[in-house]
Amino acid sequence: MDKYRCTVCSYIYDPKIGDPDNGVKPGTPFENLPADWVCPECGVGKDMFEKVSEV
Amino acid sequence: MPAIQIYKDIYWVGAIDWNVRSFHGHTYSTKRGTTYNAYLIMDEKIALVDTVYGPFSDEMIERIKEIVDPQKIDYIIANHVETDHSGALPAIKKIAKNAKIICSAKCKDGLSRHYYGNWDYQIVKTGDTLKLGKKTLSFLEAPMIHWPDSMFTYLVEDQILMPNDAFGQHYATSKRFDDEVNQFELMDEAAKYYANILIPLGSLILKKIQEVQKMNIPIKMIAPSHGIIWRKDPAKIINAYIDWASNKTKPKAVVVFETMWGATEKMARKITEGVTDAGIEVKLFDLNQTDRTEIIKEMLDAKGYLIGCSTHDNDMLPNMGGFLTFLKGLKPKNRIAAAFGSYGWAGGAVKGIEEAIKESGVELAQPSISARYVPDENELKNCYEFGKEFAKKIK
Ligand SMILES: [Fe+2]
Ligand SMILES: [Fe+2]
Ligand SMILES: [Fe+2]
Repeated sequence: MDKYRCTVCSYIYDPKIGDPDNGVKPGTPFENLPADWVCPECGVGKDMFEKVSEV
Repeated sequence: MPAIQIYKDIYWVGAIDWNVRSFHGHTYSTKRGTTYNAYLIMDEKIALVDTVYGPFSDEMIERIKEIVDPQKIDYIIANHVETDHSGALPAIKKIAKNAKIICSAKCKDGLSRHYYGNWDYQIVKTGDTLKLGKKTLSFLEAPMIHWPDSMFTYLVEDQILMPNDAFGQHYATSKRFDDEVNQFELMDEAAKYYANILIPLGSLILKKIQEVQKMNIPIKMIAPSHGIIWRKDPAKIINAYIDWASNKTKPKAVVVFETMWGATEKMARKITEGVTDAGIEVKLFDLNQTDRTEIIKEMLDAKGYLIGCSTHDNDMLPNMGGFLTFLKGLKPKNRIAAAFGSYGWAGGAVKGIEEAIKESGVELAQPSISARYVPDENELKNCYEFGKEFAKKIK
């Protein structure tokens, strides 16, 4: 499962952690986030995220 | 100056800050001052849309009093947390005890971290409406245009958009409307505002404009929170934003340099000559003689940036460091750049500039050029060719 970075504020979505404050369970891949999910830090939509390339 | 009716039962009750010369701390120089626009809407229910910067609270309250007893305000719409628009909230809330604050969830969070007031809030989301009587307010969240809390308020029947900071200008004037002011000054300030604050948010701005266009809502007037109100030609500023946000540029270069004893300046001048002789518009700025806010504005419609600095302690000079930190935050897209500079022994400035250019996402169009101590005739010729070469890439 890939991590995704918010291109606006640099928040990282880690599927292992999910986004429990907003009802996203740990283990949820980015692709399975609901369409109306937004960056918990800055509020922009999923389309503003990019995949974090693994080093 | 009294409260001004901008439309039927809608009044400007803001404040003019004639003499403010630096904004957001020292990140933005406001050489034409600014205004903080707050709007009072009179209906069965009374609403105040945004407030002003704290030191102007009394001025705003006096203007409201000309229209109505401020105790009677039912709602305060807070489109944005930032203190230039929320600063008068504590003062107005002391008088308008029963006024409910209408804002986004992030705005409530931010306001409570600013003022710690035990206030009555109503959180709204995109699509929510608030009926005042004859007039209806509709809300549109606009996260990161330009803070997470940002929201636009739309007056449905009157077709007026109140987008807070978006489409604003730091422009103090006794006039309130676009058709009443000098058009060059107006667009100069609108461009400066976009360049220095909104460049990094271009793709969000484009999407938001498209979203509004798809909603098919007529916009008769745009009443932002700074500067004049766009009533004659709201499309003018919307189209300008579309161009800026699409990273449209002109065949134009901007040369910015910082120099210690003039060697890097000599290089900058020769490079500028080269660009000029290649037929490309170019502007040259000594970073220490020109306001950064103005330079950034000039970079908004320029395709190419030529950035030079002499070496000091194996790195660039400190003001260039600050300038490039700003550029890294702006991340302008679809631009090209190259670095130059003089040095005495080890060098380092040019390498630092190139790293910063890469970090800002700007394409390094050609290898840098350096000269030890003072450039000789041959090196100056090379600088001229360097400029010419760069200009070809702009065409
Ligand atoms: Fe974000
Ligand atoms: Fe703001
Ligand atoms: Fe503002």
